Parts: sequence; C-alpha cells; structure tokens
Amino acid sequence: MNAYVGTPTSRVDGRAKVTGAAKYAGEFAADRLLRGFVVEATIPRGRISRLDTSEALKVKGVVDVLTHAHRPPLADKDDAWKDEVAPEKGSPFRPLYDDRIKFSGQPIALVVAEDWETAKFAASRIRIDYEEEAFATDLESERGKAAKVDQPHKPRGDAVAALARAAVRHEADYVIPSEHHNPMELYATTAVWDGSGRLAIYDKTQGVQNVQKFLCSVFGKKPDDLRVISPYVGGAFGSGLRPQYQVVLATMAALALKRSVRVVLTRRQMYGLGYRPMTIEHVALGASPDGTLDAVTHEAIAVTSCFEDFSRNDTGWGEQLYKSPNSRLSHKLVHLDVATPCDMRAPGAASGVCALECAMDELAVALKLDPIELRLKCYSDRDQSEDLPYTSKQLRQCYARGAEAFGWARRNPAPRSMRDGKELVGWGMATGVWEALQMPVAVRIVLTANGHAEVSCAASDIGTGTYTIVAQVAADALGLPIENISVRLADSTLPQAPVEGGSWMAASSAHAVLGAAEDIRQELARLAKAMPDSPLADLDAAKVTLVDGMIASNDTNGAAVSIADVMHHSKLERIEKEKLNQFAEDKSHARNTHSAVFAEVKVDEQLGVIRVTRVVSAVAAGRILNTKTGRSQIMGGVVWGIGMALHEETLMDHRFGRIMNANIAEYHIPVNADIHDVDVIFVDEPDDRINRLGIKGLGEIGIVGVPAAIANAVYHATGKRIRRFPITLDKLLE
Amino acid sequence: MNNFQYSRASDIADAIRLLAVDPSAKLIAGGTNLIDLMKENVERPSRLIDISHLPLRDIEETADGGLRIGALVPNSDLAYHPMIEQRYPLLASAILAGASAQLRNMASVGGNLMQRTRCAYFYDTATPCNKRSPGTGCSALDGLNRNHAILGTSRFCIATNPSDMSVALAALGALVHIAGPTGARTVALTDFHRLPDDKPHLDTILGSGEVITAIELPPRGFARNYSYLKIRDRLSYAFALVSVAAALELEGNAISEARLALGGVAHKPWRSLEVEAALRGQAATPDHFGHAADLLLQGATAHSHNGFKIELARRAIVRTLMQATSATPQSQSHKKIA
Ligand SMILES: Cc1cc2nc3c(=O)[nH]c(=O)nc-3n(C[C@H](O)[C@H](O)[C@H](O)COP(=O)(O)OP(=O)(O)OC[C@H]3O[C@@H](n4cnc5c(N)ncnc54)[C@H](O)[C@@H]3O)c2cc1C
Ligand code: SF4
Repeated sequence: MNAYVGTPTSRVDGRAKVTGAAKYAGEFAADRLLRGFVVEATIPRGRISRLDTSEALKVKGVVDVLTHAHRPPLADKDDAWKDEVAPEKGSPFRPLYDDRIKFSGQPIALVVAEDWETAKFAASRIRIDYEEEAFATDLESERGKAAKVDQPHKPRGDAVAALARAAVRHEADYVIPSEHHNPMELYATTAVWDGSGRLAIYDKTQGVQNVQKFLCSVFGKKPDDLRVISPYVGGAFGSGLRPQYQVVLATMAALALKRSVRVVLTRRQMYGLGYRPMTIEHVALGASPDGTLDAVTHEAIAVTSCFEDFSRNDTGWGEQLYKSPNSRLSHKLVHLDVATPCDMRAPGAASGVCALECAMDELAVALKLDPIELRLKCYSDRDQSEDLPYTSKQLRQCYARGAEAFGWARRNPAPRSMRDGKELVGWGMATGVWEALQMPVAVRIVLTANGHAEVSCAASDIGTGTYTIVAQVAADALGLPIENISVRLADSTLPQAPVEGGSWMAASSAHAVLGAAEDIRQELARLAKAMPDSPLADLDAAKVTLVDGMIASNDTNGAAVSIADVMHHSKLERIEKEKLNQFAEDKSHARNTHSAVFAEVKVDEQLGVIRVTRVVSAVAAGRILNTKTGRSQIMGGVVWGIGMALHEETLMDHRFGRIMNANIAEYHIPVNADIHDVDVIFVDEPDDRINRLGIKGLGEIGIVGVPAAIANAVYHATGKRIRRFPITLDKLLE
Repeated sequence: MNNFQYSRASDIADAIRLLAVDPSAKLIAGGTNLIDLMKENVERPSRLIDISHLPLRDIEETADGGLRIGALVPNSDLAYHPMIEQRYPLLASAILAGASAQLRNMASVGGNLMQRTRCAYFYDTATPCNKRSPGTGCSALDGLNRNHAILGTSRFCIATNPSDMSVALAALGALVHIAGPTGARTVALTDFHRLPDDKPHLDTILGSGEVITAIELPPRGFARNYSYLKIRDRLSYAFALVSVAAALELEGNAISEARLALGGVAHKPWRSLEVEAALRGQAATPDHFGHAADLLLQGATAHSHNGFKIELARRAIVRTLMQATSATPQSQSHKKIA
C-alpha cells in the first residue's frame, strides 16, 4: 500500500518545468492576442483630476485605454468584491473603479495595444493630474493611532500584575519591516476570448475557483462564462491567495474589446500588491529565578491600508506554546495610505514568533539558563490557550535531535566567547510553530481499463509539490505505478478546492484522493465479486486492496483478479468517481506543527559582515508524504528565514509615500553565496488522531523561528542585540 | 519606455558622426545598464547607436609594457584573461566582485565606466532628482541615503558611482582613451569621473560625440601584494556599501609603492596621491594603515543614514591593506573575509 507515500519521490512535473514545457499564465497563446500595460498612480492619496489619454490613443497599435471613466460596468457593492480570503472588515480595492487614489502604485489605467512594447510606450504618453491630499505611510510615526482589532484570545490570569512582581523580566520592542513578495514569476493573466462571450482565463493564482467566483461577482457573469486555469505557478507564497488586480484588468479588457488580452505586471508593479505588513512587536516576559514563566504579554502594532483591516495571528503563539499562568495579547492596526497587506509564508507567525523567540533568548540570558532549558522548563503537552491536548506534539524530540545534530552541547554560553580567526562565532536557537489545518477538497478519479488513472482537482500547485503528492497517494491507493497516474489541477471546472494556502493542501488533497480511490476500490470489488468463477466471490468487499494492478484479498490466501480483467469483463472502459472529503470536526484537540531551529553565524569582528554558516531545522509535522519535496519546502523556508533575518526590507520614502527599492536588485533576498549548510531533520511524529494518514503539512513551518535563531546567534557572537530587522552590518557597527 | 531609432555604427568614425548629428542619441554596448534605465523612462534616447560589434575587443601589450584593453571587451573576458589574471589580478578581482556572471558576460569595459548611479531616486521618475532632471532637487539629501556618498558630495547630489572595476582601474593608474569629433584624447581614469558639484547630471568628462575606445594599464601590475575587498548587504550580487582596492610594493616590510582607492563612497573612485605618498617608506603595519585611512577619509561627512560608512571604510581600508601585505587577497568566490 505504501510504495510511494513517505518516500523521496521526485516531482512528477519536474521535467516539464525544467524543460520549459510547463506553461505559466503569461505564456498561453491566443489568436489576435492584445497586450495590456498598467499605468500606476505616483501619489499615495488624493484624486485624479485629469487623466488625458489622447496622446496614448494616437499611438499606432493602441486599441484602447481603460480608465475609471472608460470601462465596462463593475459591481458596486463591497460584498461583490470580497473574495474567499478577503479581510472580514473593509472595502476591497477595486481597480479602475473611480478617481480616488488610495496608495502609490495603484493601477489607474490599462493601455491595450497590439503588442506589449507599444502598450508600454503609449503608457508613457498618458498625462495625469492629481488633487493631492495629506497622507501618512509611516507606521512608527503614526504608532499612536493604532486601533485594536478583535482578538480571539482572552487574557489568562492577570499578566500586568504578574509582570510587575516577576523576579526576572524581559521586555522589548522588535521591529519587523514590511516585506514584499518576489516570486520568480510575475503576476500575469491571459484572458482568452472564444468568440461567443466566454473567457478562458489563465491566471497566476493560488485558487482558481476563488478567482472565478470573484470575477463572476465583479462582472456579473455566470460560472460557465468564465473558466479560470492556472496549471503552474512560479511561486506565490500567499501573494496569490486573493485575486490580484491584473486578472480584473485583463478580464475587463477582454470583455470590453471582445478580444483576448494578456496583462503581465512588471517587477516594480508587483510592489503595488500585498506584502507582509510591518509590525512593532512588543513582548514582555516575567519569570521566576528557576525559569518558570509567570507572565507572557505580546502586543503587535501592524500596518494595514485605509480601506481594509488585514491582521493575522502574530501574538498568540507564546501563550499557546509555553506554560504560563498569566498572559495577555493584543493586536492593533494603524491605517495608512498604502496597499492592503496580504499573507506571506507563515503570516503572523513568521513575525510574531520571531519577536517571541528573541525575547525568550533574552530572558534565558537574564536567567542564566541555556535557551533550550528555558523552553523545556515551560514546555507544555497541552495547548495553553485552549487548554487542549495536541493530536501529537514531538517538539521535545525536535529540541533533542536538533541540538544533537547541531552539536549544541559544545556551546559556550558567554557571548563573544567563540571565534574562528577574525570571525566571532555565534550559536542561536529558536522554536517554530504553525497550525495543522485541513479543508474540504473534492477529487475525481477516472480509472481506465488500460490501468491508468487520471486524478483531477481544482487545487493549485504553487510549487509546493501538490501534483506529486496527489500522484503518490493515488498510486498507492489504486495500486498502480506512479507513471500510470496523471494529475490535473487548477482548473475551475474541476472538483472543488479552496485556495492553496495555510499549509492545508497536502492533508486536504491527500485525503480527498483517498476518498475517491476508496469508491473506486469498492466499485472494483463489487465488479470482481460479480465475475463468474471469481476467486473473490465470497469476500467481503471491505477486505480487498488494490495492489500491483490487481484487486487482491487482504487474507493470505493470495486470491486476486487483475483490474484490467475485471473492467474488460464488465465491459467498462472507465470507472469515474468524484468525492468531496470533509474532515470530521474535532474541537477536542489542538493541531500544530513544531520545529526547533539552530543557527550558526560567523561575524567578522571588525567589519560586521555576517555569514550564516549552518542551520539545522528539526521539524515535527506528522507524517511526511514525500521526504524529498518536504525537505525542499523546509530548506526554502530556512532560506527565506535567513532573508528575513538579514536582508529583506521594503524601503519607503514617507515624504512621497513611495517604495524606493521596488526591484530585485535593491530589494535584497539571499543569493547562493548567503546560503551554506542547511540540514533538515524530520522527527517521527505518528498521529492517528489528526487524520487517516497522519499528515500535518509543511508549507509554512520551515520559515518560523529561523529569523529568531539567527538573531540569537548574532547576539551570541557579538553581544549585540539587534531588535530591528533586518540585521544589516551597520547595526552591528553602531 | 520611449520609442527610439536604431543604428548600427559601421565603425568608430560612424558612431561619432551619428552621435554628433543627434545630441540625444546614446551608444549601446552590452545594454545591461542603459536598457534598464530606458525601461524606467530615466534615459530616453532618441536613437541607439549600436557599437557592440565594433572591433574594440582586443587586449594588447603596449610599447612600454602595459596593456591596452578595447572598450568592448566583455567584463568576464577581461577578468579571466591570462594577462589580467597574472599581471593585474587586482583588476580581475574587482570585476568578479561586481554584478553576476550573466551580467559580466554582457557588460563591456566602456559601459562599465559609464554605468550610472544606483540612487533609488535617480531611478524613480516620480521623485525629484538633480542628476535625472537638473534643478528639481536632491531627494536623497534628506531621504533614504544609506547607500550614498560620504566624500566629495555637494548639496546638489550625494550619489555614488557604483562600478567595482573603476575602483581597481583608479588604483592601477589606468588611462582612458577617447575618440571624438575633434580627434582623440587620453585622460587618467581618476580624472574621467566627475564630482557632482552643481552639475550632477554630468557623471564624466566625456564630451558630446565622444566614444571610449580603450583603457590602458601602465606596466606596474602589483600582482603580488594586492586585494579588492567589497563590503555589501549580502554576500554577493549587491552594490558596494564600501569597497577598497589596495596594492603595494614591499621591500621587506617597508612600503615602496602604495595604491589605495575606494568605491561606494563618492561620485567617483576615491584615490589620493598624497595618502599614497605618505605610505611610501613606512612599515606595512595596521597603525600606518589606520593613519592612511584617516587621511583618505579626511573631510568625510555623514548624512542621516550613511554615517556608518565612515568607520566601515576606515576598517575596510586597514583590512584590505593587511590582506595585500600578507599576499592573501580577498577571494571573490569564498565570501569569508580573509
Ligand atoms: C542587477 C545588476 C547588478 C549589478 N551589480 C554591479 C556591481 O555589483 N558592480 C558593478 O560594478 N556593476 C554592477 N552592475 C552594473 C554593470 O557592471 C553595468 O551595467 C555594465 O558594466 C554596463 O556595461 P554595458 O556594456 O552593458 O553598458 P550599456 O548598458 O550598453 O551602456 C551603459 C552606458 O555606457 C555608455 N557606453 C557604452 N559603451 C560606451 C563607449 N564605448 N563609449 C562611451 N559610452 C559608452 C552607453 O551609452 C550607456 O550610457 C550591475 C548591473 C545590474 C543590472
Ligand atoms: S543623490 Fe544625486 S542621483 Fe540621488 S536624488 Fe540626489 S541628485 Fe539624484
């Protein structure tokens, strides 16, 4: 049954990707395809007083220029603009809706031309005048205007009093800058007009059905009118959860002009989309001298736009993870003249746990305790915020295995005590935590008499490996070689799936495959029993397994019939089953993934140059479906965590309200030279409670804790505590 | 991006003629800087004069034992040329510290000398910038200026020259050969780039209609005691916060000749003959190097975010000179700082 699940199976789409056969949204061809180029606002707040397109329209090859004053009708109620992932509170951004400017970089016109260069050139011929208004974009100077958003967690005990009387206290602000998504693939949509009013929309998205529903409600269309397809995604990491404005613009233009239209954003324009919001995380911890925690308070102040309240769980992790009788959390937002933030890998946790785990390290120093020992002192086998047991929690093992692999026992706790020539050596660690969510997903399996199966589902594969794990699970469940499984994903006409995010897709799609495969198995068993002289005639249908192309008895008698024979005999070319898998609601247990991250940095003592020479990430995330793609996920998270610690920062000039490093030359992410040894350990974490296969998901946990582990290592190396990320060398020289 | 005409120059004279008739025309070599700027509407040439195929790709020995390098030699060919690796390893090292392998394959020597600043305001047409639009003001003065200059600035511009190659060329005493409508001329590399003064839109002394044809290296290559150290915000593929090119000739531990140039700190590679003269005859010690650093950084001024560069430059100078002294130059592939 487990030929593939749990093995390091290579990506089934790997060859298509590296040979260029895999097509992305901006690569689909269409007859008489028009190209759109977006014109963006250059001020953060105000009104368009004049938008003169006449010069642009004179350019040969320009077909039209869409603006708020010249466009097809759009829905006028906020609800119509709320996609599956939209913040509950607010009025979603509507591209080209009216003359209001809400952020610099907002799209205000789409030039549509016969080719891209013409559209781009004509865009530079558009004249725009603004009525500018006073604006604010700086979280730190507007910090006083922070307003509370609803908090799911109620306070535990009296954290204020407990802090006041705590023998040892640590309290500090940690500042995490806004970070922008820079997936390799630019946001793109090709809307293909079929001549009859229907559109096939190739879009870069994490959820084709979300986009389809959204577009239908924005443009007043029926699901049959708009089909959304997104077979491959060149990285999205949360930026593609909500429909992005280019899909609205491409659809708008195609509907208006009754022609196929492609819109591809530029790298600079990508900085007009969502981002990880800047946060000021205030953490205060109180402890007894022996290291037992008495109080945890975590307050976050985050940026959001003036039109939507975007917030994530930054603050809830400490009070869930660590035993403390008193805790208090708060999350506040400051409304600024910027685009609405969006999810970015481990939204909330990446920032919040960074602050928490730096604070825990500082507390350990104050207590003169080893950082792991402190965490073990307040280790909890129950979810502290809900007071629930976990379906499984092997974090203790993560600490132990990670520490062993890293060689933590050889650490001299004194800062600046370890060196390698001109470099100071620092060892730091941190805990990581994320949720193990699961969602309803439907899968269709079509088994054909030649022993092939097609498995299809509307879920996206955003590079995480969904194609591969779906194929693995299907191959095992149907008893077929993986080569005989073809997987179709990310087409809105396929069976239902939510957006791919939250690390829920592995568990959700795998169990949906199991469900549909189970129906196939039962059908085959029924047919097999009905065959004349069937060796399975007397068997209970529940007691057969599909294996090696056979329907085989679970008993040891070896009775079996080939699937091909059964189908042939039943005169069936194909068996098709579609099933929606719903997970039984179970509020009796908490579901989380955990990790322990260990980092070694070497810091040039004179020059402050930091190298992250080693990272060990020990992860407990239930059963690992594919150790190869799983390892890649964690490594990717570690690399991003290194970027968060040392490199990433969206730089805004608050006098202009504009992002000044909107390109990947100046917005730094790690390059190969910044990455050295990354060791991923999967800790055994059997979990028969969470779901049938014991899967938890790996998309996000890899980044959580990494920035803190590095910051703590930098402290250990240099004796300097940098609480304002990223840790650039100038901060060490100060 | 603007519309433009395209001409393929048939020879240097043709390029000069085409430039002369159309003052807003631009030469294009590798295109790695110019095209980027055109995409952002920062450069809006009416015509591109393609010189990339012209026969300026030779590296030849000169009569006095130096080298003459054609303006179109790709950066990577230059860095890996045996004569450069053996005789002028400082230049090879500086080139390899810059950009990425792909960019270096495209980039030409002439284009590298002419590349424009990376000041973010210069790149963003929605913000004031004297270099891009003279008279509009300098946004960096009170803005994001962490990467900006500490030396030779003016109140009109505090941008830096981003080239790594030029820093080594400055230290090596290279010459720039120029052809133009009124004939050929040769200038020292250190005189080729300008300080911003009140005309920051002029990066270099290159006159209208002029073309760089070659650079020339004097015979002295400092192949034994040299180092190029580039400090940046990630370990590769980032512009310098501070970079140092150092070259020494030693007799025992005594300095008989010294070269020292800085990148990332000014509108041009920063070199001082006085500082080098002061080093001559001294022992190669951290103290003397620290003193030289102080001299070279004399007059350095900080803006709101770049004050760290002064101390960083000081330390980097000492370290680079020490690397040069011990003949353990900074490796450009292993990022640990020697
Ligand atoms: C992402 C990125 C990172 C980079 N990082 C670095 C770095 O770390 N260090 C570094 O040093 N550089 C770096 N570069 C810059 C790179 O070195 C330059 O873009 C390159 O050297 C320019 O050469 P080119 O031939 O492509 O010039 P082009 O783009 O063709 O031309 C640039 C300018 O030079 C003029 N020009 C070209 N040839 C001549 C000539 N013969 N005579 C007169 N004028 C001429 C052109 O008219 C144009 O104005 C980076 C570039 C990019 C895009
Ligand atoms: S520093 Fe120079 S390039 Fe930058 S904004 Fe000022 S004038 Fe422009």
